[in-house]
Amino acid sequence: MNRLIGWIDERIPFTNSMKLHVTQYPAPKNFNFWYIMGSLALVVLVNQIVTGIWLTMNYVPSAEGAFASVEYIMRDVEYGWLLRYMHSTGASAFFVVVYLHMFRGLMYGSYQKPRELLWIFGMLIFLVLMAEAFMGYMLPWGQMSYWGAQVIISLFGAIPIVGDELTTWIRGDYVISGATLNRFFALHVIALPLVLVILVFLHLIALHEVGSNNPDGIDTKRKKGSVPKEEQSKFEFHKHYADKYDIVDSIPFHPYYTVKDLVGLAGFLILFALVIFYAPTMGGFFLEGPNFQAADPMRTPEHIAPVWYFTPFYAILRAVPIKLLGVILMFGAIVLLFLLPWIDRGNTRSMRYRSGWHKLNIVQFVISFIVLGYLGVKPATDLYTVMAQIFTFLYFAFFVFLWFYSKNEKTKPLPERLTK
Amino acid sequence: MMKRFLLAVTFLLPSAVFSAGPSMSLDKANYDLTDNASLQRGAQIFMNYCMGCHNAQYQRYQRTFEDIGIPLDLGEELLQFTGDGVGAHMVSAIDKSASAEWFGLTPPDLTLVARVRSADWLYTFFRSFYVDESRPFGVNNEIFENVGMPWMLEELQGTPRKVWERRMVDGEMRDVYAGIRADGNGRLSADEFDQAMLDLTNFLVYVGEPVILERQRLGMFVIGFLIVLLILTMLLKKEYWRDVK
Repeated sequence: MNRLIGWIDERIPFTNSMKLHVTQYPAPKNFNFWYIMGSLALVVLVNQIVTGIWLTMNYVPSAEGAFASVEYIMRDVEYGWLLRYMHSTGASAFFVVVYLHMFRGLMYGSYQKPRELLWIFGMLIFLVLMAEAFMGYMLPWGQMSYWGAQVIISLFGAIPIVGDELTTWIRGDYVISGATLNRFFALHVIALPLVLVILVFLHLIALHEVGSNNPDGIDTKRKKGSVPKEEQSKFEFHKHYADKYDIVDSIPFHPYYTVKDLVGLAGFLILFALVIFYAPTMGGFFLEGPNFQAADPMRTPEHIAPVWYFTPFYAILRAVPIKLLGVILMFGAIVLLFLLPWIDRGNTRSMRYRSGWHKLNIVQFVISFIVLGYLGVKPATDLYTVMAQIFTFLYFAFFVFLWFYSKNEKTKPLPERLTK
Repeated sequence: MMKRFLLAVTFLLPSAVFSAGPSMSLDKANYDLTDNASLQRGAQIFMNYCMGCHNAQYQRYQRTFEDIGIPLDLGEELLQFTGDGVGAHMVSAIDKSASAEWFGLTPPDLTLVARVRSADWLYTFFRSFYVDESRPFGVNNEIFENVGMPWMLEELQGTPRKVWERRMVDGEMRDVYAGIRADGNGRLSADEFDQAMLDLTNFLVYVGEPVILERQRLGMFVIGFLIVLLILTMLLKKEYWRDVK
């Protein structure tokens, strides 16, 4: 075994890389519940890729064959139903963990300097994930696949001058058709997953370059020579880190966080399995009822709603009577998230030590996001439209408030060392 | 304390908003997928009456017979009317273009209808047909207005009519709508008919997702395993984290 590893090490830096990124990688010791979402997202990504490959083996990407092939998978393929539910539940689980992961970043200021690029890569992952999920949802070729895509693609028609041409170019046809399905299939199974994997790699590279933030938002890598030897972390870290910094309150990623993440994984898998085996449609939120009806271009469903993870943005879109403005606001809602590291002008990262205003602002932002998500599922009645307008305002107000108060925010003193 | 409160508000608010739903009242279908006798009776009604026009084109006869406990030879002889082998999909013998002409559109496939509409909706739908001479087929449906099909189960139910009763309301006698009642010219009593429609609903829920029982059975093993895994990983974590202060 040692000879084999020696042989490999002479050819690629295997042992050194393992030490650098796994066994001697310093991670702050006080990660809480919110810190398991990243590794869970990675597990879900693997789940999507593996189940996706097997689904592809029996799926037929054509307008004539798609719907029937999905039912073939559900009925005639051995454990096809399990693969399909793992994939469809995985899509929603992906957004659950990614939204919680982003919320963690928001709470503890993980987007602040020097982690701006890490945040940007994360946001790009989120964006690609949305495109990936949108295209994947079209593949079963049910009524919601068809009409949901119809609504989303027609948004691009609101762009002045080039709008109509652009929608035709995206669809590859004047209406959504087999041509659209085929290109979405290609993008869904290879193009976007490839981009996603590359972005995840870059996200991890960026993470390991700057190191993890922590719930206290203070640095655990201190200036060399600033911390007495006995105060430093007693574990052995790679010299790449140890030579540059005095490291406090940190532990090697492996075995400490690998075993901790395993606990999180087991807990997550229990919830995941509960959905797969006992509520695979999640009451219409993960798989919508109308999507069990084959796509029919001649019949519009009474009520078209996107899947839950898009509904906050969909509600923002519908809140505005002018279509173009709605589209701009919807994309703006995502663009502002990209800009968060620069909108927040504060130096204190964690909300634990920031002002009451900041805590209140985060709470109202989360409530707005959830209410918008709810409104996006519902038909746009007068009351709901007014509510959507109010909460759209609050969503954007979060960023505006943050920009103003963060400049001269009254924060609490930071602790010298990590707290529990 | 403040943190707890804010957390509670964050999680409770959506549930308070979510609880307001549509108010259309459907009857509860207490179907039982483990009741093979009920599924078999439902299959009998489906194949004798519904499949004259409708398909269950994604489902195979063989799978159906095996799952609900009908011997293959018996099923093929008594329930399959197309003669194309027990491995065939459940497709009606009706001429598609002719039926589109008769009804204005091809009768929809019913394999997944229970997943699209819900069991409660189907159970209510079957019991909501009533005589309406203004319609081409002489019937209408309370929860599916202007439904474009004849009422095939009149032979079982009897002729269903909307009934009004004179009742005392706010101190004066008024005609009050009392629901749909059959004329009593059907082969089944009202209770028997309700049971038959429950059987049919049961069968359609089964056809919509034939793996439900297997899925739920397998889930117990998977979750049981995961609970053991969770306990072991917690112990493992505790052991390792002794070093960390």
